[in-house]
Amino acid sequence: MSTSLLIQKGRIVDPSQNIDEVLDLLIENGKIQKIAKNISAGEVEIFDARGKIVAPGFIDLHVHFREPGFEHKETILTGMRSAAMGGFTAVCCMPNTEPAMDEPGTVGFVLLKAKEGNLIRVYPIGAATRGREGKVMTEIGHLKKAGVIAISDDGEPIYDAYMMRRVMEYAHMFGLKVIDHCEDKNLSQQGVMNEGYMSTLLGLTGIPSVAEEVMVMRDILMSQYTQIPVHLAHLSTRGSVDLVRWAKAKGLPVTAETAPHYFSLSDEEMTSYRTEFKMNPPLRTREDVKAIQEGLKDGTLDAIATDHAPHQEVEKEVEFDMAPFGIIGLETSVGLGLNHLVHPGILTLSKWIDKMSCRPAQILNLPGGNLRVGENGDVTILDLGKEWSVGEIPFESKSKNSPFREIKLKGKAVGTIVGGRVVMRDGEVISKIKDQKSK
Amino acid sequence: MKWNRKHLLGLEDLSQEEIEYILKTAESFKDISIRPIKKVPALRGKTIATVFFEPSTRTRTSFELAAKRLSADTLSITAIASSVVKGESLKDTVRNLEALKVDCMIVRHECSGVPHLISRYLEASVVNAGDGSHEHPTQALVDLFTILEKKKTLEGLKVVIVGDILHSRVARSNIFGMTKLRMNVQVVGPRTLIPKEIERLGVSVSHRLDDVIPEADVLMFLRIQSERQKKNLFPSLREYSENYGMSIQRLKNTKPDCLIMHPGPINRGIELASEVADGPQSVILDQVTNGLAVRMAVLFLVAGGGE
Repeated sequence: MSTSLLIQKGRIVDPSQNIDEVLDLLIENGKIQKIAKNISAGEVEIFDARGKIVAPGFIDLHVHFREPGFEHKETILTGMRSAAMGGFTAVCCMPNTEPAMDEPGTVGFVLLKAKEGNLIRVYPIGAATRGREGKVMTEIGHLKKAGVIAISDDGEPIYDAYMMRRVMEYAHMFGLKVIDHCEDKNLSQQGVMNEGYMSTLLGLTGIPSVAEEVMVMRDILMSQYTQIPVHLAHLSTRGSVDLVRWAKAKGLPVTAETAPHYFSLSDEEMTSYRTEFKMNPPLRTREDVKAIQEGLKDGTLDAIATDHAPHQEVEKEVEFDMAPFGIIGLETSVGLGLNHLVHPGILTLSKWIDKMSCRPAQILNLPGGNLRVGENGDVTILDLGKEWSVGEIPFESKSKNSPFREIKLKGKAVGTIVGGRVVMRDGEVISKIKDQKSK
Repeated sequence: MKWNRKHLLGLEDLSQEEIEYILKTAESFKDISIRPIKKVPALRGKTIATVFFEPSTRTRTSFELAAKRLSADTLSITAIASSVVKGESLKDTVRNLEALKVDCMIVRHECSGVPHLISRYLEASVVNAGDGSHEHPTQALVDLFTILEKKKTLEGLKVVIVGDILHSRVARSNIFGMTKLRMNVQVVGPRTLIPKEIERLGVSVSHRLDDVIPEADVLMFLRIQSERQKKNLFPSLREYSENYGMSIQRLKNTKPDCLIMHPGPINRGIELASEVADGPQSVILDQVTNGLAVRMAVLFLVAGGGE
């Protein structure tokens, strides 16, 4: 079998090198060998990319693959298949598994499963505190040796400010960044959606935007005091965007991500108590959606992560108050980004790719995020004009909890290439391991 | 008009015409309860279940009696007696009930939106008997019916709803219904019990009961739940009562024909002084009586009695 892949005549868009041109790209032995016009190679596998976009492989900073502990929702393998289908060549797995990824054995298990699955790159994120309970710091040094690429208690904030400070300082010694889920749980109480007109109308308990914003501000101040970088997960409010903008203007080492649902949906869509719309942070107002788009446009928000959070249908077919938070996102992220950011002209194609690939790699110091010669041959191929109905294509994820199942999108990932190997082509995941999906 | 709704999930969905139609239908049912034989065959052969996941006496009794007076077969399910305590999902519980060929389910649940959720899974009609902090449509219809009965008109009346608006399904349903019928609605309560952006529902907000009492045509008091106090939404029942309770003193400042309403059960001495609750302006027991006629009308319409 050939170890070389020639991606022919695609429009290569690599923001890291300011490339936007129709070129060929040659990958040999897993690494990018050459980018040029009309590359002639010997016996190589050809990927015809005419009319397509060739981008550095997309990296998702924030997914939940649920294994170990919740394999009925997702496994590492089904999560990887879902990522490959969505055009992601690498993902960062949050530690809210059972047991939590708070010791090297669990990290090793995840990496082993990822290696067995052999599709895309999986980077585990270690828990900041044991059991993610916010009480005792994990052995971050050991976790680093085991392979974690960042630290977080995601799903939970690092609630205690003293603990946050110490985790930041300690993790920084090992070159690991802390990713915080910004939520003041005293303010969010038992809230299930955004607090505002819609929660008043529906009689559901609201989570005020300030519950997110006070923690964003705390983390910014902590970063200012310690001069240590911090990364803020899944921001959803105008206030958060304003605070991060302020922090960046002061030159603080703060980075932030948002998720596709926060720039494409508002709480006004939640008229029917459908639990597919229940997530944390919750869908905010139209004004917040606009602010998130503005934050992406002016660079306040660095990256787009999916916060892919699979739950089985039976878990979501319950009372709104009882349903778990979260939606899947890996297979709709590209379409939503193109439809809500690129096609309407909010972001250029290059800027959007920057937030899907280059910036995520830079934020967590990961390989990839560019198509430079000598780098890993991780590539995402996009068809900007491909129209598709989300619900008509069965998800590769084990779960279906998406509020986007009834919509049509224009634009899709049609190729995912990891280390020069095509793992998804034209909507088909290419894997030797059979799907373990339980139907 | 012709009634074509299968469910009654809330007043938010209903048009002015539909609300008026229910009230008119209720009027025709009212005298059945004062006849020697308090029964009509309108729903003979139909099975109606009250499915209550939350404790209730007056609403459940009222619905059951309404169904019986329409000659329907009734069954009553409470959460404690249901399989929910064994871990069965809500969806499975109601689908099992439907498998027993129940035609209409009257549902109360502590979570908002449950009747909406259930209605997606069932062929049977669903009537919302109170969902979380969302809606209690039949209570609001009762209130509208009672006001109409006493005042002969609804349009232009000023209604003041006092108390825990944040958690009140009665308040929401009344706001939806009353604003549709062009009544002026003001909500009054401590800031901590007024939900965000409620003005967008077409009501005005005040935190001072004494300021609004003189202009009110109807003063509707809501039950205050003492557990709210533990959440620090207000400091004590004593202070609440001082600011938002209806005392004899305050009653003197009302219009002489101002109606005093309460959906019950009353915390005497907190929301209402006993003398007010039992006084001549109080229509609280009329609300209970009218509950029967209104619920008969609702069941008659949604369960196919009008076919």
